[in-house]
Amino acid sequence: MRNLFALLWRNQFFVLFILLETTSIFLLTRSYSYHGSLAYSTTSDISGSVFNSYNNLTRYLALNEENNALAEENARLRNLVPSSLLLHDSIYLNNDTSYRYIPARVVQNTVNKSNNFIIINKGNNDGIMKEMGVISRNGVVGVVVGVSDNYSTIMSMLHSRVRISARVKKSGQLVNVIWGQKNHLFGTVIDIPSHISLGEGDSVITSGNSMIFPENILIGVIESHETDLNKNLSSAKIRLGADFNGLYHVYLIDNVMKPEQDSLNRLTTQ
Amino acid sequence: MNNVVVLNIVRFLSLGLAQILIFNNMSLGSYINPSVYVLFIILLPARINGSLLLIVSFMAGLTMDYFTNSMGLHASVCVAIAFMRPSIISLFFRNYEFVSNEEVAPFSVGWQGFIKFSIVVVLLHQVLMFYLEVMSLNNFFFTLSKSLLSSAVTLIIIVIVMLIFGKRRRRI
Repeated sequence: MRNLFALLWRNQFFVLFILLETTSIFLLTRSYSYHGSLAYSTTSDISGSVFNSYNNLTRYLALNEENNALAEENARLRNLVPSSLLLHDSIYLNNDTSYRYIPARVVQNTVNKSNNFIIINKGNNDGIMKEMGVISRNGVVGVVVGVSDNYSTIMSMLHSRVRISARVKKSGQLVNVIWGQKNHLFGTVIDIPSHISLGEGDSVITSGNSMIFPENILIGVIESHETDLNKNLSSAKIRLGADFNGLYHVYLIDNVMKPEQDSLNRLTTQ
Repeated sequence: MNNVVVLNIVRFLSLGLAQILIFNNMSLGSYINPSVYVLFIILLPARINGSLLLIVSFMAGLTMDYFTNSMGLHASVCVAIAFMRPSIISLFFRNYEFVSNEEVAPFSVGWQGFIKFSIVVVLLHQVLMFYLEVMSLNNFFFTLSKSLLSSAVTLIIIVIVMLIFGKRRRRI
């Protein structure tokens, strides 16, 4: 036994290396899946407030553009109010009242990693919970995976583990959207049945199957689709609706009925 | 001795903050993600105790992970680099005698030696990190080109940082 300790001590550099490396790899693999991210995200008020104070210094640079965009959105939403004289497309009306929208501001965001996360300035104290959907005015942004008192971490759509249940607006076909890790402008639509041919500009919207996002929220528009008749399923390139590089204001979606739906699910799976 | 510890803590804090707030948010296209904080590991004393080197690098990596929500990614890469660092130093600077606490910096080993050493450390760091991040060999060449691009940008920034802050006397 003493010899063993002596041996370990003599090779302490190597032993310590193995020890630290296994610890890191363990930490890495643990948080690798979507559920792992939910359980082990490092959201905290400490990191949140570092990003927030830096963001307070730099946010004025983008404020002008952001204000214009918000004003435009206000005008569009005003048109949807029933008293408005303007005719409107019924698609924009969301009669689904089981969803509540909470506005938030992005304090930290990356687009250049293989797994990107977004930090926003609302947390537990504002009623944010894990697995809430996040959208911007232009489309789906991601899902909340970590919450601290005042900040939350969002798994961006630009994350290798994200998979969103979607629908092709024109044909109603169910598909899935993943990122594909190439570029922050584009995603990939997968699981398209081979008899379906998508044209450039077709909208892909949320399916409403996941309880995270309501139906009919834009994810993106088809950029190109190559059908391969030899395979059962094909994939297509999609231009993402949300502008991930210029993300500033986002909305969190609180599904008021989710506890009820969850308990129903539990009943049926038991 | 104390001087060196304080110097390295200050260096770690400033490089860490710069990495988290500036370099992680640089918009140089979707592919480039420079890891300038590696400079901290490059500039640790050449004859630092091996176990201390491993632990310090591990902590540096964990700090980065904490702020980028990638628990274990930077830590594992930094530990691997720390493990290889003594061998790389003895390989490159066989004829150079480091006094205690002397750094592998342009003002000690010269620009040529420093850049050679940095190229190897940064390349190792970036290649390891990009493959660990996707955890697969799919898109092998895409990942490789991303890591090479990022390494190049990281090296350029490191040289600029050393040109600005690296002017100190030869020996501590």
